[in-house]
Amino acid sequence: MGNVPSAVKHCLSYQQLLREHLWIGDSVAGALDPAQASDLANLYCFQPYVSGLSVSLAGYMAFNHWETSQSSGLPAFVKIVEVGPRDGLQNEKVIVPTDIKIEFINRLSQTGLSVIEVTSFVSSRWVPQMADHTEVMKGIHQYPGVRYPVLTPNLQGFQRAVAAGATEISVFGAASESFSKKNINCSIEESMGKFEEVVKSARHMNIPARGYVSCALGCPYEGSITPQKVTEVSKRLYGMGCYEISLGDTIGVGTPGSMKRMLESVMKEIPPGALAVHCHDTYGQALANILTALQMGINVVDSAVSGLGGCPYAKGASGNVATEDLIYMLNGLGLNTGVNLHKVMEAGDFICKAVNKTTNSKVARASFNA
Amino acid sequence: MGCRGACWAKMAAMRKALPQRLVGLKFLRAVSTPSMGALPKRVKIVEVGPRDGLQNEKDVVPTPVKIKLIDMLSEAGLSVIEATSFVSPKWVPQMADHTEVLKGIQKFPGINYPVLVPNLKGFEAAVAAGAKEVAVFGAASELFMKKNINCSIEESFQRFDAVLKAARSASISVRGYVSCALGCPYEGKISPAKVAEVTKKLYSMGCYEISLGDTTGVGTPGIMKDMLSAVMQEVPPAALAVHCHDTYGQALANTLMALQMGVSVVDSSVAGLGGCPYAQGASGNLATEDLVYMLEGLGIHTGVNLQKLLEAGNFICQALNRKTGSKVAQATCKL
Repeated sequence: MGNVPSAVKHCLSYQQLLREHLWIGDSVAGALDPAQASDLANLYCFQPYVSGLSVSLAGYMAFNHWETSQSSGLPAFVKIVEVGPRDGLQNEKVIVPTDIKIEFINRLSQTGLSVIEVTSFVSSRWVPQMADHTEVMKGIHQYPGVRYPVLTPNLQGFQRAVAAGATEISVFGAASESFSKKNINCSIEESMGKFEEVVKSARHMNIPARGYVSCALGCPYEGSITPQKVTEVSKRLYGMGCYEISLGDTIGVGTPGSMKRMLESVMKEIPPGALAVHCHDTYGQALANILTALQMGINVVDSAVSGLGGCPYAKGASGNVATEDLIYMLNGLGLNTGVNLHKVMEAGDFICKAVNKTTNSKVARASFNA
Repeated sequence: MGCRGACWAKMAAMRKALPQRLVGLKFLRAVSTPSMGALPKRVKIVEVGPRDGLQNEKDVVPTPVKIKLIDMLSEAGLSVIEATSFVSPKWVPQMADHTEVLKGIQKFPGINYPVLVPNLKGFEAAVAAGAKEVAVFGAASELFMKKNINCSIEESFQRFDAVLKAARSASISVRGYVSCALGCPYEGKISPAKVAEVTKKLYSMGCYEISLGDTTGVGTPGIMKDMLSAVMQEVPPAALAVHCHDTYGQALANTLMALQMGVSVVDSSVAGLGGCPYAQGASGNLATEDLVYMLEGLGIHTGVNLQKLLEAGNFICQALNRKTGSKVAQATCKL
């Protein structure tokens, strides 16, 4: 780089840069009608439960990029599962008031995100940050075309979730015995038994169930985890009826090589259309790992706005990959997400002010200070 | 240097034992990755922290601190450490002590210490101070060139030509930089063809290696791929490097794409030093620690001792009284 220019003020404003470089176009242009959006989602998401998904395309240029993305071997459409309100806030030190959570989720609902994980019906003794699960579930505005899954650790949690109005649930498994024991106080086998009860009940009520596999690329207690173990646990969850399995790099230790090895193994048993990746950015590897997953055919990615959530295993370290930074990359790759980056950044700004912390999103940091 | 084509990464040796508290580093076992295809077996890291990093920090670092940083980086196993910049202190006060720094550092055998030179005058001062390798700074954007060094791209080539001729006579290697390779803060999009044109010119003038810089970090992997595809039609991959800024968090993903395309030289900055003058508050360079973490996880040889690198990063952050920009450092140092 040369000397610091005195003409910084003559630089393109960040909005202009984003428009050019992110191919965002005009945020008010190009909203699809629900039928078109639904076709789009069904074509690329393999989602049995999506209906009337409303996608606001952030510019006509997204269409132009489909051909590029197809020829590059990357999926044309990527579904983002926003886990900020749950995985993010669950790992924040500050307990966020219920009304702030509700406002936060309502704002996220207006960004084009089609899946927002709202809360967790676990005992408040274990996760005090999620103690207000019922109030949050009942308090949010459920926008048409947006899904609001909640975590349910067991049948009791599931029943409470349904009573509170949940129409989609998730169960949380792990590929590590030690992690399972320390996290939910039972072995993997015992946890599968509990989840089977939940998923069976859910299916009986036509409620979709998503499965998570933690420690997919490494465990804070056991160290490395074999891809075969991840495959075994994923297969169990898929076999019992989970429509999608999110493979989580819980402590962010994975790198593109370990991501690739793990996915190669899992994809022998489960179709890519039923898989998602959930990368933590503790060691700065998340986007590189996600790129690898996309190159392998995965088209569902979990992330948290502002990179909310630290890492309970590495004090002071960062946690989830930031939704803003993920969208920036996907937009740049010409992959359609249906999500408006500006609105996500605004929601991120809102929650960061509410929890009094600086954003972990580099895009937000570069844009709001410009 | 790395080799392209069908060379499979072998299982590397287990990492040295690390203190238990360094949780994440346990995972840096080399992974056998035959199916990753064209990834290089070795990557040369060009450490630009002492120059690109410190040049863009608000505080001016005292000379002894700079010297100690460079010495610590030398001990960390890096093979190229960009030491300073022989530009006028009027423009870059952070580099005013260029002569003292270059004379003061320990020059370890096997390690190169290139310095930036903007013109013949700077080159002569650098040589007088003991420089054995220099770098010249071009750009793929006319406007950036004008605002940065107050001349056109063509005029800059004339200046560099004088430097390259003198360097050739003195048997001094010259590295070329191309700024704004993935986008310009003034012009916006930059065509891959323009980057290829400027790169080709620098290479034909005698630069042994051209570092392609995403100066404002706006690039994403697809753009990196398009740019490299164009450039590689004119310049062999072995003569190319990438210099990614992490302003929008894209640096490591962009770097991974470059590796997949056959590039095996990567610039980075310890602790992710250096902000971005174009986006106040934003981050700058890719952190060397985070890069090394990824490369080691991929089984790619770097020669760098991550533990010692973390110590160097910790040292300079304390001296600058700032938090590290490296996530690996953030995760490992607070346990």
